[in-house]
Amino acid sequence: MASLLEEFEIHSLSKPLFTLGGHDITFTNSALFMFLAIASATALMVFAMRPRAIVPGRWQMVAESFYNMIHDMLLGTAGEDAKPFFPFIFSIFIFIFFCNLFGMLPHSLAVTSHILINLTIALVLFLVILVTGFARHGLHFLHLFVPPGAPLFMAPFLAVLEVFSFLVRPFSLSIRLFANMLAGHILLGVFAGMSVSLVAAGWLTGSFSILPLAVNIAITGFEFFVAFLQAYIYTVLASVYLRDALEMH
Amino acid sequence: MENSALKLLGAGVAMIGSLGAGLGLGLIFSAWISAIARNPAAEGKFRQVGFIGFAVTELVLLMCFVVAVLIMFVAK
Repeated sequence: MASLLEEFEIHSLSKPLFTLGGHDITFTNSALFMFLAIASATALMVFAMRPRAIVPGRWQMVAESFYNMIHDMLLGTAGEDAKPFFPFIFSIFIFIFFCNLFGMLPHSLAVTSHILINLTIALVLFLVILVTGFARHGLHFLHLFVPPGAPLFMAPFLAVLEVFSFLVRPFSLSIRLFANMLAGHILLGVFAGMSVSLVAAGWLTGSFSILPLAVNIAITGFEFFVAFLQAYIYTVLASVYLRDALEMH
Repeated sequence: MENSALKLLGAGVAMIGSLGAGLGLGLIFSAWISAIARNPAAEGKFRQVGFIGFAVTELVLLMCFVVAVLIMFVAK
């Protein structure tokens, strides 16, 4: 049973580098794939944009379309004021997207299938949102938790609800990404295991193992789509939450 | 019944909640499609709202899935 979760195991690839508060800090496979994702994303952006052609080539087209997509999405969702936050939001998108894609390689680890990584990104995002909100609006930012136009006697209940929903946001944001990656990879494992055990059961049932195999190929294609979609949704929701800090309601 | 059998049953029961998420996703996509059919020029504007609705509804399904995985693989 536990073999389905085997691909999500984190193991260290080096000797303990140093100890921090009683914990051994080692270079894990999670860190390796994070470095790979950052390195390949940087390589794509640097080398693709090197020609700086007015009529873009193939690679420059890839880089520009990512840039334009996130740029238009952010300005459309959070307004023109959100422009200073574009590098931050774009980094989040590219990092999550490349981590998801690296997870699709055989024998690799999908870094985003661990809630710790997603939650760290989400908490940094919410720190940025809170600091921006208080810097821009001062204590007026607390009006975010009292919806306008609500009757006064309802305000305490609504404030509790709104505070709760605000606090839950980083968790829902990170759980969505982590559960999606986990579900996709477990699904691939289940169908692969199904075709293997059909072959093992004899030649007659083994001839039917082509069906789970075909489903598995289709799911693999779908997982590439999910890898993009979840990175996109993460950034869309991030910019929706950013709008709260910039515009308030 | 054996403990492991109860565990598998529990994981299965936990996924019943995905029924609601499936219905909700179907409603969202049907509304999305009919919105695009009525006003194809505004397709770009619907995309954002559609994805946000999809993501928020899907969270219900994923919560069920996380609970099922916890029951199956983590619970003793």
